[in-house]
Amino acid sequence: MIEREQVLHVARLARLRLSDAEVEKMAGELSGILAHVDRIGELELDDVAPTSHVVELENVLRPDEPRPSWPRDAVLEQAPDPANGAFRVPSPQAEA
Amino acid sequence: MTREPLELSVAEAAGAIASGELSPDEYFEAWRAAAAGDELNAYLWKAAESSAQGDGALAGVPVAVKDLFCTEGIETTAGSRILAGHRPLYTATAVRRLAEAGAGLLGKTNMDEFAMGSSNENSAYGPARNPHDRERVPGGSSGGSAAAVAGGLAPCAIGTDTGGSIRQPASLCGIVGLKPTYGAISRYGMIAFASSLDQCGPLTRDVTDAALLLEAMQGRDPCDSTSVGIEGGVRPPRGEDLKGLRFAVPAELAHDAIEPGVRGVFEATLGRIEELGGELAEAPLPHVEHGISAYYVIAPAEASSNLARYDGVRYGARAATEGDVIEMYEATRAAGFGDEVKRRIMLGAYALSSGYYEAYYGRAQRVRTKIAADFAAAFAEFDFVVTPTSPSVAFGLGEKTDDPLAMYMNDFFTVPMSLAGIPAISIPAGAAAPEGGGPQLPVGFQIAAPAFAEQRLLDAAYVLERSLGA
Repeated sequence: MIEREQVLHVARLARLRLSDAEVEKMAGELSGILAHVDRIGELELDDVAPTSHVVELENVLRPDEPRPSWPRDAVLEQAPDPANGAFRVPSPQAEA
Repeated sequence: MTREPLELSVAEAAGAIASGELSPDEYFEAWRAAAAGDELNAYLWKAAESSAQGDGALAGVPVAVKDLFCTEGIETTAGSRILAGHRPLYTATAVRRLAEAGAGLLGKTNMDEFAMGSSNENSAYGPARNPHDRERVPGGSSGGSAAAVAGGLAPCAIGTDTGGSIRQPASLCGIVGLKPTYGAISRYGMIAFASSLDQCGPLTRDVTDAALLLEAMQGRDPCDSTSVGIEGGVRPPRGEDLKGLRFAVPAELAHDAIEPGVRGVFEATLGRIEELGGELAEAPLPHVEHGISAYYVIAPAEASSNLARYDGVRYGARAATEGDVIEMYEATRAAGFGDEVKRRIMLGAYALSSGYYEAYYGRAQRVRTKIAADFAAAFAEFDFVVTPTSPSVAFGLGEKTDDPLAMYMNDFFTVPMSLAGIPAISIPAGAAAPEGGGPQLPVGFQIAAPAFAEQRLLDAAYVLERSLGA
């Protein structure tokens, strides 16, 4: 069973603000889903290697050569709050 | 030309255009007019004119593209409020390759937000509807693409499949949907949901068209290091029978909750395979039943990481706040994401959090290994594994929205192939009434093959399709 405090902790990790009603609902829904998922706890898996990816991956390297990037103006056009050729954000000060 | 242009398959239309019998401009315009009459909410954006150029294999063919694919200068939302108005700076490789083959963009299709859903009801722009019954879902997450093709609003479409998001809507709408092998098609420019599972594929009227689109899109791409392409490419499917081919039916199927009507169509299709000379036998795939558990840890875990980028800084919407940058992030994400996306981010962040990582994410990855091993063992003796695509026919709008786990169970038969990275196709196999009674609705039949055995898969699906359609 997922408690309210755990929901709030994970929401903070995920940078999600949840309303009180959402926290209640989330606790119930996550508990239900994880109760189903918990069935894999019954499997014998100690000697099984984890699979993170199905394609055999090797490092893919390329020469480290400078090349043109997207124009700054075009990139900033998509930003919600561009200023002085950069992305403007609220001050992180209050968090310190 | 004895048939109306809109009745032609893509292969037929491309042939008629290549031979000069059909004007590409008129063909595109006919489809543009059809798409303009969209009453299914299948499209989020529609082209005003043809962008088709050149004389490749798809010259003059309009394609509907799931709104998960970045299209340069054209709004790309992934079905989310947080990307409303977003105009990407570049085009996804899969879409670019279709354009290089001569295809034109017909529109961007509706979808569950960030491809998370099995009903299209998680779209921030309202659900697409099933053309067979507008009070029912088209499936998801590529619901708009499936509804557009099945509803006569597009000759073909592309979508993405992370745990069934091409195959399940194809099944529920009565069309063909192919999830290729992981790595067959570049993921560059496909907005990421779960990067180890996401794969692009076609939704088409028939198997031949699926092969045509697959061949145009597949291949290695320097922009996606996990893309490898299909060696030798893909030719149009062919075949007369299924002689010498061995089909495995998972032994565990008997225990699972399949609607009686779906089971009936599935069993009739197995009978047809035998009539065509195919050999059928049960094969054990004991871990497949744990696919949902593994998937609903792994995919949300990857999503919680991938969706960290939506923070209201570089693109997308930002919520107005008085506070510091952290408050801005939290408010932006609270306002920009819908319920299901929040649920999956929470689930994934929980499964990855300190103290739970090994119990959930670690174990899920080990189950993934076991599922892949089950398939490998089956493919040592069989050419294909077959299942129903979806346990039910199309369900009603709103029927499962209050029960996330019931919704996730739609993916029961499609998730295992995604976890194993193998190709699987859903073809229309018949129709059945829903469990509670109602109209006859399409039922899909799923065929899975070993990694990169797309040609063999398409050939078998083609033979079966022709026999079922006859």
